[in-house]
Formats: sequence, structure tokens, C-alpha cells
Amino acid sequence: MYPAKFAYEAPRSIQELLDLLARHGDDAKVLAGGQSLVPMLKLRFAAPELVVDINGVPGLDHLTEDPDGTLRVGALCRHVTLERSALLAAEYPVMAAAAPLVADPMVRSRGTMVGSICHADPQGDWASVLMALGGHIVAMGPRGKRPIAMTDFVVGPFQNALQPGEFAYEAVVPPPVGQRTGTYLKLERRVGDFATVGVAVSLEHSGGRVVRAGIALTGVGPATINAADAADVLVGKPLSEETVEQAARLAAEAAQPQADHRGSVEYKRHVVATFVRRGLARGEVVAA
Amino acid sequence: MSFSKTVEITETSADTRRITVTVNGTPRVVEVEPRLLLVHLLREGLALRGTHIGCDTTNCGACTVLHDGNPIKSCTMLAVQADGHEITTVEGLGTPSELDPVQEGFHREHGLQCGFCTPGMMMAARALLDREPDPSEEDVRWALSGNLCRCTGYQNIVKAVLWAADKQRGAQPAEEDAR
Repeated sequence: MYPAKFAYEAPRSIQELLDLLARHGDDAKVLAGGQSLVPMLKLRFAAPELVVDINGVPGLDHLTEDPDGTLRVGALCRHVTLERSALLAAEYPVMAAAAPLVADPMVRSRGTMVGSICHADPQGDWASVLMALGGHIVAMGPRGKRPIAMTDFVVGPFQNALQPGEFAYEAVVPPPVGQRTGTYLKLERRVGDFATVGVAVSLEHSGGRVVRAGIALTGVGPATINAADAADVLVGKPLSEETVEQAARLAAEAAQPQADHRGSVEYKRHVVATFVRRGLARGEVVAA
Repeated sequence: MSFSKTVEITETSADTRRITVTVNGTPRVVEVEPRLLLVHLLREGLALRGTHIGCDTTNCGACTVLHDGNPIKSCTMLAVQADGHEITTVEGLGTPSELDPVQEGFHREHGLQCGFCTPGMMMAARALLDREPDPSEEDVRWALSGNLCRCTGYQNIVKAVLWAADKQRGAQPAEEDAR
């Protein structure tokens, strides 16, 4: 399959990139890892006039932690870098759990976390992870950078909150307020298939209590679902059988699944509740 | 295979770009339309037809090649993006007289039936062994999890890669069915 014709630019600096986006606005499409965009071009679901390939722009492939514990994942940081990161393995259990579950090894070689989030597929894994972690996307445009909370970033299926002239510069995870636990669980029919259900559970503990919690759901609604009510019942107290059950029930209620070849509505809600229970079972702090 | 270093994929025009791609160690200067996929450059432009097009929808892994040593799907990358990069295809693995251990392993352990997925399987296996010379069976299955085979049931493919790993490390490869 051949994509429709498009013009192609490969800027060599952030300024060149911003100039191109300012000039072409909505007619331009940013190409990072291309693992969603290239298939869309081939199927002609997308036919932009201009493809702006950012792979040659220096300063976008970072995976860094600030002294205060803020994690920054640049627009060109590939899934495989996250999958093999010792920092994530040690400090970011939800991200470390999710990274190897994204697509398949070849897609992970090329694809990026930020690009996946921008693609805003309700079945994309990273959006749930960043949402559960309370993270945000830093948009960069002609007037500089602005943060967009992950809860506001996805505005609908395959639609994000970037304005014409802006691109997603990095994803940011805020510093923890306690010890982090949690995981990402994904049910897929086979490797590389989209999630039937995915659940990101992130907890932070301090003084024997949960001080921050996030639960987000993949593939069970028109967009990534922030199960805020489910997360809220966990905060301010130690994890208990009772709060875990409440969270599982509220998360299943927050899901808006549709019946399809991957399963019925009831089945998907059941998996959401099960994954929340399992995710929280891994949330206990071994020794404070 | 053409020995010309410049291959005109299309006529030079305002719509095309001149790129330099190192393919199997040889720099190739080619003129490409931006919408040309890497797999088409390899197969049609450079006549390297060992790289197969399977699903053409980023699912099957038959078109796997190495991009700067990392396995990628060549149906899901624009040729123009390979400018300045190194691509290795199955033709770059070994020669008939000097097979790559991965090729030898697929031969010895019969890691194929129809053979269509084999080039992609071998490239994914090569990438694994470059990074992890002593993989477990689980490592192999994980590394090949994006490559679909509709014939073998994967058993012999996994054995082939483990055989290649043993061979490459200088260990005595386990004989068939001895695992």
C-alpha cells in the first residue's frame, strides 16, 4: 500500500520545526516513531499535505529525572528505551510494567511514548499509565511551552488537545509524595494485538497510608478513562480488603466498554475489576 | 543485484529527495518519493527481494530488517527516513559458503516450513543475539513475539535460534530433540 502523496520536511532544530508548524498549521503532521502514523498514511485514514519528520531534531530523545524527582520523557524517546531503562525498573513500577507490553519488539524499536499518547487511541497503553501517574504533556508552540494535564490531553478518540502550530515536546511524571507501587495489567488475545482491557494502577505510600492513587483504563471506552472515584477511595488510609473491593467496583462502573469480538460488556467490566484487585494486591509496601 | 551505486527509483523531480542509505555495508544513493516505504526501496529499488511483504499492516513482522542494528518493520517506515542510517537485510546476514549462525540454525533445526516468515524471523533473531548472546527460551520467544508464522507452531524456530546462540558462543550446539 502506498500513502497518498505528501510533502516531506526533516527539520534539524526545534526552531526549524516550530517555523514549519507555524507556516503549515493543521496541514502538517508530525512524524516521530511513525508506528501509528505510517499505517494511517498507508490506509489513507490520514492524508496530510506535509509530513514533518522530527527524528533529526536534537534534544528530543531524553529520558531524565530532575533533582526533585520529576521524570521527563522526550518526544523521541522510544518504547525500547523505556523497556530497558534501569531507572524505570527501580523507581517507576507502573511504567516498567507497561513498556514491554506495548505492541511488539519491532514496533517498540521505533515507536515513542509521546507519539503513542498523541495518537490518542483509546486502546493505547501509555495514556493510561501517564494518567494514573498524574502526569502531563508539555506542548511547545510559537509562544513557548505549556503543560496539558493528561486528564485534559485526550479530547476524544484519536483527538488530542494540541493546537495548530504546537507539538508534544515531552511527557512529564511529577515527583512522588511517597513510596511508589503499582503496575499495568493488559489482556490481549496475542502479542501485538490491541488491549481488550488494560488497567494502570499507581499508588504512593507514606506512614502506612496511601497518600496518592491513580487508576486509568485502556480500551474500555471512547477514550482513556480516568477512574478517579476508584482511586479516591484508596487515599488517606491503609490498603484494606474493603477499600480494594470498593475501588474494583467503582473502576468497573467507570468503564464504558462496548461488546465486540474481544468480549462482551460484562466480561470487560469483570476484567477491569479483576485487574484493579490484582494491581492493588501488588501495591502493598513490603517494608516501610 | 545492481552494482550501480546510484539507483534511480523515480525520475529526479521536485517531488523526490536524494538520500544515502548504507544497505548491508554498501552506501547506496537513491532518489525517492517521500511516500515510498523502506520495504519497496529494498525490494524494487535495490532488488533485494529477501525482505518479504506479508500483511502490509504492521502486524506480521515478515518485512523485519535491522535499522542501525535494531529490528524494525520496513513496511512501517518511509524510505526517506533511512537517510544516513544503516539497514541490514537478510541478504546481509551471510553467504552460501559462510552462513550466519542464525541461518545455519534454521537449516539444522528445520526452523521453517513454507519459508515466507523466515527472513523476518532471522533478522529478529540476529538482533536478539547481538544484544543477548546467551538467551533463554523465554528470551527467544519474547524477541520473536512480533513475527508471525502460520506453519511451524514456532517450536523449531525457537530451537533454531537457541542452536545459533550456542554456535555463536562456541558452545556445542545441542542435537535435535536433546533439549
